[in-house]
Amino acid sequence: MTLGAVSGFTISNTESIPGRRIVEFYGVVTGNTVRAKHIGRDIMAGLKNVVGGELKGYTELLQDSREEATERMILQAQSMGANAVVNVRFATSSISQGAAELFAYGTAVRVE
Amino acid sequence: MEPGTFERLNLFFNIGLPVLALLLAYVAGSLLERRHFSSIRKREEEHFGFPVVTFDRMPPDWEAASSRLVSGSIVISLDYFKRVIAGLRAIVGGRVKTYEPLLERARREALLRMIEAARQDGYDGIYGVRLETSRLANASGDGKGTAGVEMLAFGTAVKFDTRFDSGNRF
Repeated sequence: MTLGAVSGFTISNTESIPGRRIVEFYGVVTGNTVRAKHIGRDIMAGLKNVVGGELKGYTELLQDSREEATERMILQAQSMGANAVVNVRFATSSISQGAAELFAYGTAVRVE
Repeated sequence: MEPGTFERLNLFFNIGLPVLALLLAYVAGSLLERRHFSSIRKREEEHFGFPVVTFDRMPPDWEAASSRLVSGSIVISLDYFKRVIAGLRAIVGGRVKTYEPLLERARREALLRMIEAARQDGYDGIYGVRLETSRLANASGDGKGTAGVEMLAFGTAVKFDTRFDSGNRF
């Protein structure tokens, strides 16, 4: 899966964008989303839980959420005038029973 | 209802059903795990030679034309039988063998999905690879509830500049 596929915008989880030079720093940008579990998915996952293995509904739910958090981070960076985010990190935290926060952050920069 | 029927029914629901579920979980869970491992091994062979590194900086012989963040993830859970075994193990402590293959296959699957995503879009290598594990809420130790674990693999995929292609990168 490709995260943050916005045209003309590049993100990287390392300190630089390969092959490009950073000309300006804008600071930390963040994006988050809090998602609750879908009851239908939870029932399916509960059944799947007996035999174990991948819980596809949850895999997709978390992928979608992470994608959304990344998009929000990019939107914030774009509003600052950046065209790339470097050193992107992801974090997940369970904030209550059945809800989780997905969080993406990084440093907004302008590259050549 | 004749005496004894209720007791027998009670016995069935209280002991028979859980034992049946345990048996089903054991058989199906082991089968699924073996199939998953053989699929992982097969796909890992297919991607053998594709450069994936955990370095923070791009290897010096890579000439990047473009790059993109790629990721692969999976939410996975233990079968009921192994969860009960793990629960018992938690009482006496020590190595929880039932969880080890679970986390291993989840991690290898997440890495494979990341590699597959990169190759599908024509990228030539991935660097700065990181792996993250997170537990989903609502996972209780008594074998009940959804005990899901998420594995996330991500890294920066690079397309090589063909003008500088030396043919042997790794």
